[in-house]
Parts: sequence; structure tokens; C-alpha cells
Amino acid sequence: MPEMDDPRQSEGAQRKVTRRQFILGVIAGGAVVSAASYRLLAPGHGRLSSANWSERLISINVNGKARRVEAMKQETLAWTLRYKLGLTGTKLGCDRAECGACTVLLDDVPHYSCSVLTHTVRNKKVTTIEGLAAADGKLHPVQQAVVDQQGFQCAFCMSGFIMATVGYLKQNPNPTRAELAHGISGNLCRCQDYSKILDSMMRGAEYTRNGFPAERRA
Amino acid sequence: MADLDPVGAAKAEAEKPRPFGTGYKLIGKDYSTNDLVAKVTGRSKYAEDFRAEGMLFCRLVLSPMPHARVKRINAEKALAMPGVRGILTPDEVPGHADYVNDNGTRIRADRWGELALADEPMYQGEPILAVAAVDELTCAEAIERIEIEMEPLPFATDPLESLRPGSANAREDGNVWVQEGRQEPQLAVLKWTNEDFAAEKEGKLPMGHAPEEWSFGDVDAGFKNAALVLDETFLTPDVSHQCLEPRTTMARWENGKLFLYTGTQSTMQTVPAIARWMHMDEDKIVFISEYTGGGFGSKITGALTLVIPALLSRKLNAPVMMRVSREEEHFIGRARPGIRARTKVGFAKDGRVTAVDMFLVSDAGSYGSNGDGGACGQITSLLYQPPAMRWRNVTVATNTPPRSAQSAPGGMQAIAIMEPILAKAARQLGVDQVALRRVNCPEGKAEFGPPNHEGQRGHATSCFLKQALDLGAEQFKWNERVARRPRQMGTKVRGVGVSLSTFHGGSSGFDGLIVITPEGRVQIQSGVGNLGTEALIDVHRAAAEVLDVPWEVCDIVWGDTSKHLPYTCHSGGSQTIHAMTRAGHAVGLECVQRLKEVAAKKLGGQPDDYVIANQRVARKGGGAGLSFAEAAQQAIRLGGIYDGHDVNPEVNKVTKTSVAALAGQGLVASARDNYSHEGDSFSFLACFAEVEADVETGKYYITDYLAYADVGTVIHPAALGGQVLGRSTLGIGHAIGQKWVIDPQYGVTVAERFYQNRPPTILDVPVDMKWNALNIPDPETPVGARGCGEPPVGGGCAAILNALADALGDNIFQRAPVNADTILTSYEAGRPMQNPLLAHI
Repeated sequence: MPEMDDPRQSEGAQRKVTRRQFILGVIAGGAVVSAASYRLLAPGHGRLSSANWSERLISINVNGKARRVEAMKQETLAWTLRYKLGLTGTKLGCDRAECGACTVLLDDVPHYSCSVLTHTVRNKKVTTIEGLAAADGKLHPVQQAVVDQQGFQCAFCMSGFIMATVGYLKQNPNPTRAELAHGISGNLCRCQDYSKILDSMMRGAEYTRNGFPAERRA
Repeated sequence: MADLDPVGAAKAEAEKPRPFGTGYKLIGKDYSTNDLVAKVTGRSKYAEDFRAEGMLFCRLVLSPMPHARVKRINAEKALAMPGVRGILTPDEVPGHADYVNDNGTRIRADRWGELALADEPMYQGEPILAVAAVDELTCAEAIERIEIEMEPLPFATDPLESLRPGSANAREDGNVWVQEGRQEPQLAVLKWTNEDFAAEKEGKLPMGHAPEEWSFGDVDAGFKNAALVLDETFLTPDVSHQCLEPRTTMARWENGKLFLYTGTQSTMQTVPAIARWMHMDEDKIVFISEYTGGGFGSKITGALTLVIPALLSRKLNAPVMMRVSREEEHFIGRARPGIRARTKVGFAKDGRVTAVDMFLVSDAGSYGSNGDGGACGQITSLLYQPPAMRWRNVTVATNTPPRSAQSAPGGMQAIAIMEPILAKAARQLGVDQVALRRVNCPEGKAEFGPPNHEGQRGHATSCFLKQALDLGAEQFKWNERVARRPRQMGTKVRGVGVSLSTFHGGSSGFDGLIVITPEGRVQIQSGVGNLGTEALIDVHRAAAEVLDVPWEVCDIVWGDTSKHLPYTCHSGGSQTIHAMTRAGHAVGLECVQRLKEVAAKKLGGQPDDYVIANQRVARKGGGAGLSFAEAAQQAIRLGGIYDGHDVNPEVNKVTKTSVAALAGQGLVASARDNYSHEGDSFSFLACFAEVEADVETGKYYITDYLAYADVGTVIHPAALGGQVLGRSTLGIGHAIGQKWVIDPQYGVTVAERFYQNRPPTILDVPVDMKWNALNIPDPETPVGARGCGEPPVGGGCAAILNALADALGDNIFQRAPVNADTILTSYEAGRPMQNPLLAHI
């Protein structure tokens, strides 16, 4: 790395940072942050180059099924879902708990899966966007509401918003518009389609309480 | 209306607002678009969701310095690591060369242009090297072992500072972009004198030499006859596009063909861009982009960095995934250029603008010039219809991340600069804010810009903004809100603001392509990118309407150039709804004609003896006919022009190739939009906002918002509502908080993540924002529809700024965004306390 005396800051290494290193670190900020951040995100494939990054076979419950997966101790749930289990509906927008695109339910409570370690969910029930619809393909009420309301634009944030809403509605099934907005305010939509998102989610709340309109039943 | 002649009465009728969907079966009606179920179930695939056997990952090394030269790279230790497969250095990236695209357009090489990897990085965060390995962890470890020696070079991060005598230039050969005539902009050195800078002591933008200038009308007389002249300095923020999906790309090669997966705004227009960047033929590229997670102008033809995995994949003979992190996206993801403006505006007693003198210093960032300064002048001249105007502009290169068009490039800045001046004038003249906009409002074929070499000014295709302003004021209950007293309750003070808004809304000359299959399905080929605005799908409602088929029999094919798509506009400049409903209308008519011909050949008589109805082509007045399925089967038997073995000679070259590939699959119809298009298409909005500010904390809330649109015929109300309020909110971000922060001493960025530079959240906007539209068809396009992706942005920003000034007074801000600290410090001091000229603070 340019301008760095000792750029190695791997896990477990001594974190003695001198004043000079700190200042240089600020100067080299962009490169260091972006390179170092992905040290925690190895995709594995059992082809690891370093003995430091060992994987362990664990079992986690995802969308009602027990899934066995080899995960590193520092591996995030988002990574496991996307790269080990093929569940790419969970999106990575920031990887640092800022945008909510990776929101999944852990025991029915919304969490940012980019900031949850896979090892910590072994005794929890993980639900992703792929696990919402019924086995026969019938959409979850909140999903159906988005379809009916033409909610969202690019939809990169959509699975996170839907999961956050489904989780919030379990706590508060009959929210006001303002309450629901507050309940899903941990999610960011860059298309800024908030009005249509709220329309969809309010309708989703209504469908969840009262069922779909008859003509939309599968 | 009784005293009107018949022609006048018809015109008056044509210019009346009408309920959405009037006169149509599909257009103007809400429906669920064909891509939605895949989105809500997580099955939709964005670039990072694709996988390939043996896929490698690559990571970027970014420049830690704002301007430097890479002297030496030693990757020996890295390349020796297990799992590391290779690196890509700047000298392996194809350089600048002229390029002729498949449609025959020559694109000149730009010697100042950006390449995917730089040996002389021009901004902190510019990619200088890429490493590919079996996983990202190994990439990161390898990067730590690469030795890179860099020589720091002089840099400039503030455009105004770069104009000072003796200051550093962003590039060794200059600091400003100069455009003469129709030539490409050239880099030159421009320094102002110390005398030029004297004005900054008064908090005014200095005005030295400006390389670009135009004017029309008698500007001096306009000021001389004015009842009020304001001379204001204002700075608009640099705001990153911050697409939620970073510009991640996967690439693989198969039998000499490149298969490339990334987000784009324009599927068909991205292929020539890839070919140009890679120095390869377009027919060797298969481009897949089914879903794109936001563009806003930063992915018009994908992104230049896509060549990195493409080159690594070719070099290493394996698929390569390049995931882009949020920090990297901040640096390489583009941004709107900030503009500092000094604008003198003369007003008559009733608020009518008598003259405008606009002086701009635009920040071009590290690569290339941009058109924002130019558009700023054009949009000002259109939206406020000054009888006389002078425009001057300096576009300055800086060592900051590259800028590009962002929703309403230049137009957003024009409105943010002009509207607070209009609001201030209304207060000083004692004229109602809506009334002042009304007297300045463009109308009909409103003129804009300076005269061309033939002495002609450009003009809009149509403008009904006055109606939108009046109906909007009524719906927003403007008069009641203004009359509401007292405005201040305790520490809370309320204010209302109105803003006009506009931007370009359409182009023409593209193609439509339809296959009626032997099963009777109407298969519509769409070359539009999928940004989720639903233009991708909505535009084809025009073809279905002409064919008089229910939407359920239509299939849309998109997102993969191996599926043979037609020549399609860029989805930028809010062109698509206008351009592609025209193409859709044209191909619908072509399809109808071919169906009639097929029926006449099979059943006798002339084509005109037949009509289309109920998915059949049948004799007028009942009688023999063919179902669409039978007609398609018959078209295949006939061959030639009917099944695509011959092609409509009018269509563009790209479409001809696609037609040839689809030949024999059914009745294949293609057509080019040859409809007349007199004037330039713009869409317009009137935007209204109310805010409540706490003068003790500086915190404020937007309590209400309404945007009333004049966008021609409404195609899909829900999608339009998403555009009007979504892009309004993008503009609101510029007013309430988004900006860059750059350390001027080291030239490094401080705000690079969402939490430091956050777009508005769901809590930053009212829970019940409202929109409406006139639905008056544009007379210059067959379906009457214009685009609305960009026109609301400026209005969203300026309505908030004006509401804040209404609540807090005219002496609070001279720059956007207006944050709590802006209000706290300035409200107490009674004058704007933030420096209006310093960049990136």
C-alpha cells in the first residue's frame, strides 16, 4: 500500500497505532478502508489462501429449512445467504448498517444481515425475501400489496423494506402512516420513492390484517 | 367559449386538463408492470446476483492522493501468493482512440479523458490497480503486499481557488475548459487578477474573465427600467448520485465473445460504449442488464470501470466479479457539479423579470467538461422568460471525483439559484409569490436560450405551466396558508414556498420492434434500461393501444442484447417516455398494416378492407378473418417483409441486425419514429412546500409538499407519481443536507458514506406528499407524452429553500444545503454566517 509503514491490520494483530501511522492512515483513508473492509468478507469456496481464515460447518434455519453451511467465524449473514446459500434477494447496499437493503428477520425481528455474524444465528429462525411467499407461490400480503400498488422504482432496497415492514407489522399490525414510516425508517431508498413505498406498505398492513381482496386470491 | 371560432374552440378544448386515461384503453390507467413479481420475491437479478463457474473476484486499489503519478508498481510478492491469479495495471487498459459506432457516428478520442485505471490519478479514490484472486480476502491480502511508489503532484479542490493568481492547476496543462463553437472543450490556463477577487470581501462572487458567454435582448435597458434590482451570490452543492446498487460488474468470455453483466440506464446504448472502451467490435459483445439499482445519470451507458473485470477475465481466462464497495462508489460513482453563481435580476413593480445577468463558476471535477453551466443558462431563460439576459460561465477542472449529469443537470442548479431571488423580490415588492411566478411563467411555444446563427431562438413544443401553477395553488390552499397567522408559535416558525420547475422531456428518431408469435402473443422487444421508473415497460402500452390488444397478451423482452432488441434512446435527459412511446406508436401502426396485408393475401381483397379488433384481423363489417396466431403463421409462410427475412429499410442499423436474428419467428414488424417534432420537448411543474423550523435548535421539518405537473399525456399514473415525488425528494436532498466535505489541505474527502452524506430518509419528507398532473397532450408527439424523470428536481429543492426563507427571512443562507447550524448561527446574527464561496465545507 502506498504511504503506509505497516498496513497490515489483520484480525488479532496488535493494534498499536502511532501518531504518524494515524495521520498517514487518514491520508490514505479511501484505499485503506476499502481494502481492509473486505478482509472480513471472504467468500470461502474452500480455497482459502491463508490458514488464518478457517471455516466451520454449522447448521442454520433459513426460510424454514435446516441449511448446513461452512462459515468463517467472522462471516456475515448477508455473505452466507448470498454467496453460500444462493439467496441473492438479500441485497448489499452499503455493508455497514447504513441502508437496510440487507434486512432479514431473525425470529421475526428485522436485522441488518450485513452486520450479523452467521455464527450467532444458529439458534434463530432466519427469514429472507425468498421465504415470504407460500410454497404454492401465493405472495405474502405485503408482497402482494407492492404489486398492486406499483410500489418502488429500482427495487434494490425493496427486499429490505419488505422484510422491515413484515417485522414491524408483527409488533404493530394497525399502524398509522407516520408510525409505519418510523418503523421502517432504518431503510434507505435512493430513488426516494417513499410516498409510493408507504402507500404499498399501508396496503400491506391492511392485507395482513384482513386478507387480500377476494379477486386477488390465488 | 361561445364567442370563439370553431378552430379556437377546438384549441381551447385541446388545452384543457382531463382525467387520466381519457380516450384510451391502456394509456393513463394503472396496472402492475411485468417485472414486479420477480422484484418482490427476490428473483430479480442485479449484476452482483449472477454467478459463473470458476468465478474469480477482483478488488481495486484506489489512489490515496488527490493528484499523483504512479512511479513504480511491484506486485511480485502478491502474485506469488496462493489464490492470487493476476493484476491489471493502467498500461493494460485500452487508451484513447477515435471510435465509429455501428450506427456510423464517429466519437473523437479525448486525450484528457478518463480511463478505467490511472497512472496519473486525478482524484483521491481513483482506481490505479486491480487484483484478481479466488476470493476477496485473498485480494485484500495481496493488495497489502503490493508496493506502489507514487509521486505527489500539485492539486486543486476548490474551483475558485484555482482561478487565483499563482494557484495550482488540477492538471499540468490547465485548469479551465474552453469550448469554442461546436468544437470539443479544450483545457486552458485561466487566472484572474487580485482586483478581480476584490468582490469576495463583500461576500460576492468575484467575476473575472469568463470564456463562455451569450446574451440576448437589451440587458442594460432591462436593469435601467427595473423597479428593483437584486444582485445575489449563491452556491449549489456537489451531490453524489449514490445509487443504492454500486457499479458492480461481472464479466466472462466465451468463444471470443464478451458476456458482461452490470447496471445501466440504457441497454442498447451501452453496447457501443463497451465496444469503445474495450476497443472491440459491437457484435462480439453480449450485454446483460435485467435490473439496475439506480442511475440518476451516473449509469447512462453503464460505467467505465466495467472494463476492469472484462480485461481481467480475458487475461486470466476465467469469469471475474468486481464488487464495488460503498466507499469506492463515493469516489467513482459520479456527482452533480456544484455551481457558484452571481446573478443580477431586474424586476418591474408587478414582479415581471426585466433582465437577468448570470455569472457562473462550475466545478468540472477531475475529468472532462460538463454541460451543467450551459444548461443552467438555458433553463433560466426558459423558466422565467426574461426579455433580456446575459450568461457567462467558467468551467473549472479540480482534483475531486468526476462529475456527470445528475437528474436535471444544470436545470436543478438554475432553479436553486433563481428561485430564492424571485422569492426575495416578491417580499420586497409586496407581490404574492404565486402571482410573481405567474407573470413570469412560460407559456405555449415559449422561447429559450440565445438566438442561433440564423437569429432564431429555440422554443418549447408546448407549455401549460400557468394552469399547473393555478391548479396547484388551489390544491395546496396557498392563499389560506399565506393568510394563516400567527406564523410563529413559541420557538416554532412556519413558512411556505413555491417554485417553478422544468427540464428537457424528450427526443425522437428511435425504433420499435414487435413479433406476433404463432401462438398469438404480442412480443415487444424493449431496449430501454430497467431503472424501475417503468419506462422500460410503460412505453409499450402505446403499441398495445394501437394494436387494440389486452395487456395480458403482451410479453416484454428486455435486459439481454442476445435477445435482439431495437435501437433505443439513452435513458437520460428524461427522453424515454417521449421517444419510445413515439417508436411504440410507429411500430404499432406498422404491425397493423402488415397484419392487414397478410390477411388480404390469404383471404383476398385489399389491406384496407380489413380492421383489427379482438386480436383478429378481419373484413370490415364482419366476415372472414385471421386470428393473430393464424396471421403470424401465415406471415412465416409468406416470409420476406412479413417474418423479418426482409427489413423495413427505414429502421436504424442496430434494429436491422435484431430483425434478421428474429426472422422466421412470427410476424416481425419494425418501424422508425419519423413523426415530426417541431421544437424542444420540456416538462414543467409547479412545486409547493410548507416547513416548520425551530429557531432555538435550527432543526426544521417539511410539513407539506405538492408538485403539479405538466408532462403531456399521463401514461402510467402510479409510475409518474413515483417520478414526480421521487425526483422532487432527490432535489429536496440538496436543500436539506447533502453535500461533500473535502479537506483543502490534503485534498482528501471526509464525507464518503451514507451516514456522512445521507440522502433524505422516509422521515425527512412529509408522510403524505402529493402530486397531480394536467394530462394535456403535447401537440408535437402522437401519444402526447413527455418525460418527467428530471423536471421535478429543481422545484423540490427550491420550494424548500423558499419556504425556509419565508419562515426565517432573507438573511439566513447563501448556499445550499441549509442545515441546523446554518439556521442557528445566521438567525442570531441576522445575516448569512456561512461562507458562500468556499467549496466542500
